[in-house]
Amino acid sequence: MNLSKLTIHEAHELLSKREISSEELTKAVLDRIDKVEEDIKAFLTVDKERALEISKKVDKEGDFSSPLAGIPVAIKDNICTKDLKTTCASKILANFVPPYDATVCEKLKSEKAVIIGKTNMDEFAMGSSTENSGFFATRNPWDVDRVPGGSSGGSAAAVAADECIFALGSDTGGSIRQPASYCGVVGLKPTYGRVSRYGLVAYASSLDQIGPITKDVTDCAMVLNAIAGWDERDSTSVNLPVPDFTKSLVEDVKGMKMGLPKEYLGEGIEPEVREAVLSAAGVFENLGACVEEISLPHTEYALWAYYIIAPAEASSNLARYDGIRYGVRAIDYDDLIDLYKKTRSEGFGREVKRRIMLGTYALSSGYYDAYYLKAQKVRTLVKADFDKAFEKYDVIIAPTAPTPAFRIGEKTGDPLKMYMSDVCTIPVNMAGLPAISIPCGFSGGLPIGLQIIGKPFDEATIIRAAYTFERATDFHTKKPAL
Amino acid sequence: MDGGVKMEFETVIGLEVHVELLTKSKVFCSCTTEFGGEVNTHCCPVCLGMPGVLPVLNKKAVEYAIKAALALNCEIPEFSKFDRKNYFYPDLPKAYQISQYDLPLARKGYIEIEVGGKTKRIGINRIHLEEDAGKLIHEEGKSYSLVDLNRTGVPLIEIVSEPDIRTPEEAWLYLNKLKTILQYIEVSDCKMEEGSLRCDTNISLRPKGSDKFGTKVELKNLGSFRAVRRSLEYEEKRQREILESGGAIVQETRRWDEARGITIPLRSKEEAHDYRYFPDPDLVPIVIDREWVEKLKSELPELPDVRKKRYMEEYGLPAYDAEVITASKALANFFEECVSQYHDPKTVSNWVMSEMLGILNETGREVDEIPFKPEQLVKMLKMIDNGTISGKIAKEVFREMFDTGRDPEVIVKEKGLIQISDEAELEKIARKVIEENPKSVEDYKKGKEKALGFLVGQIMKETRGKANPQLVNKILKELLS
Repeated sequence: MNLSKLTIHEAHELLSKREISSEELTKAVLDRIDKVEEDIKAFLTVDKERALEISKKVDKEGDFSSPLAGIPVAIKDNICTKDLKTTCASKILANFVPPYDATVCEKLKSEKAVIIGKTNMDEFAMGSSTENSGFFATRNPWDVDRVPGGSSGGSAAAVAADECIFALGSDTGGSIRQPASYCGVVGLKPTYGRVSRYGLVAYASSLDQIGPITKDVTDCAMVLNAIAGWDERDSTSVNLPVPDFTKSLVEDVKGMKMGLPKEYLGEGIEPEVREAVLSAAGVFENLGACVEEISLPHTEYALWAYYIIAPAEASSNLARYDGIRYGVRAIDYDDLIDLYKKTRSEGFGREVKRRIMLGTYALSSGYYDAYYLKAQKVRTLVKADFDKAFEKYDVIIAPTAPTPAFRIGEKTGDPLKMYMSDVCTIPVNMAGLPAISIPCGFSGGLPIGLQIIGKPFDEATIIRAAYTFERATDFHTKKPAL
Repeated sequence: MDGGVKMEFETVIGLEVHVELLTKSKVFCSCTTEFGGEVNTHCCPVCLGMPGVLPVLNKKAVEYAIKAALALNCEIPEFSKFDRKNYFYPDLPKAYQISQYDLPLARKGYIEIEVGGKTKRIGINRIHLEEDAGKLIHEEGKSYSLVDLNRTGVPLIEIVSEPDIRTPEEAWLYLNKLKTILQYIEVSDCKMEEGSLRCDTNISLRPKGSDKFGTKVELKNLGSFRAVRRSLEYEEKRQREILESGGAIVQETRRWDEARGITIPLRSKEEAHDYRYFPDPDLVPIVIDREWVEKLKSELPELPDVRKKRYMEEYGLPAYDAEVITASKALANFFEECVSQYHDPKTVSNWVMSEMLGILNETGREVDEIPFKPEQLVKMLKMIDNGTISGKIAKEVFREMFDTGRDPEVIVKEKGLIQISDEAELEKIARKVIEENPKSVEDYKKGKEKALGFLVGQIMKETRGKANPQLVNKILKELLS
């Protein structure tokens, strides 16, 4: 049996029965990394020694009551891990070792999960292909000439290639769901405020959210149970009771009302993707759900408003990387201003600089009203579209991305084309809603993702719908041939 | 200008005062706000602006800011929010300051000052809450500077006045009153030398009668209230001279050079920063509960103006005395303690205003450092009243009390300062003095009243000041008649 292929719940069962040890499981995953990492390049750091040490400790303690106990997890490299390098795939933080854990890492550690390493990403989570990593590109396990999506491309590829049992990603405009879709795995962006952002290196604070990337929906519910909840260290986290999401792992969508927005199936959506989503809608209907076409009229503006708001916040969030207190500082400089200029010119990649400039411009005196304020108004309208739809529907289903994974280098020369790959996911961040991406088909051997969007703080319902779909189909059982 | 007619100008001044709040912990993290300390020891990942950390608002800071706003007669809107003020500087770890832009915590207040015997109201435009920056340490002869981030994140309120101030003196009075009020409500210690109160000023001149503002100049680097006043006086004169010679004022920021007593250009309007304010997405809006505000309002102590009025009405103190004593809460408390145990407030006021303030000024100490208690001062006053010591000796006793904190009775006893009121003994000394000073005796008899004073002085000298002066006068007059 190849242990690295296991899901959380499968591994948990074996660990609980003492049929395998956490050390064996961790070794299997590390062996898998040794075997495939050269092709995939999902990791920026593999923390081999410490992972083995912790797995042994968990075995010794022998308490596997937590479903995550002894389970190897990979963490996106913009989530702070105490005493473990956290670079955001940026040269400017190449040497940064946080003296603190993100709240989600504290929680995983208290559940006795085994952190095996940090995954590659687009620098500071800005990108849709992981090609914007300051270090190297990650490859899609289904076709190593293609991108894994982004920005959580390393996490999604690692899960798809069995280089971990599950992973954490972050999603600002689709960065969990889009790579999950490209890599044929399950990715969930929780409601804004559901999971603490403390320790998540900010890209766009009003949009960022941490979430699970897993091999199936059951695992997704288990991980969400572990990381969700109010945190006094994050003022934007919401103090609401967290249900047990595994209770939503129920095969039942009878009478569930599903909206299928026409704006997500029109121009720019590849026919195979459209077909896959429509046939997924058919599956739901056969299972007793009621699927109806709806309209979210402001959808087309969401992407452009996002590219004002996110860069505006980023321009401010990334200003602290000045080479003064931590991170990398330019070697030669004449004075303070020169130090800033050289450090930031050398430390940041092209896309990061592009967004810092966009955001700085949008917030500048004289342009603020025309750009930033206008974009916030659009955001309100986008949210109002969803609010209205949710008066009638329980969930909204849509493609996760307009196409399957594209070729490495295919869009790097054209930022606008690259931005379009998040067109189906961005409105959800703008509205702060929860959404999950699950495998729903293949096109030319490449996975296609179905996105299920829920009401605020109603992750339970999208998990139920996703679980029901998963049980009725076998897309999630397919593995890339590596 | 023709005909030598000098145009009259009116000065318009506005003040921006930053005050550090006396909360125990910083405004967005739990680090201590204590002044001093080893460099970079009062910090944590949050105030250091490390990657991934988030601010959490300290409710106490909001409470203190609201208290200040209420004491300064401000309106407190229900809804307020934080914004980011973006600029690069090494003392600002996040490269933005969390501040408030268009929705400050408080608006539309005022302070009343006494100018030329009249009460003048100076408007307050707004008060907002923000975080302090760190400090740069420039070492002589080094090609680098060091940064100390202990102060980073200490809560500050910025109090922006309306341009209602017309003279440097009014500015000075406004600052003093502001300081007194904030000290009364115990939200800040307002120590300019420790940087817990900082002031920038705006000053412009306009032809008298005009309702349009002239071009303003902002003054920075004002290290004391005196510097505020002096720099405004200098700038007022500089601007008047430019305008009188037909020149125009350049809108700019100027720096006060304390040593040279002049202002020098720092940066022009064109070089002004674009701070790119926008709402801080890491913090939720502040919604102020009305009941909370009412509760804070009811908890405010008696403020200096009210106290002053009460001292005049209840204790019959002159306005000047009442003003001086109520200018310091600690001094007023001390005074009131005494008055509660002593029948004559004016006598207490005299001692507090002359002796006590005199020694405090001389030693540079604060009221709360006085080593004796109000009841000890009262005890001393009663010793004067019952003739145990003379008023002159009392001054000596007072000094001793201030230096040692000991009881007046003990001091008087140990130093043998008890007044000599034994008529027989005093008569003996008086006879001796008369004998030794025939010339003065003669002068007195010729009608020179002054000569009696000299003779009294000689007796006091003989008794090392312990003779009861009323008795000495009486005895001398009897002997010489």
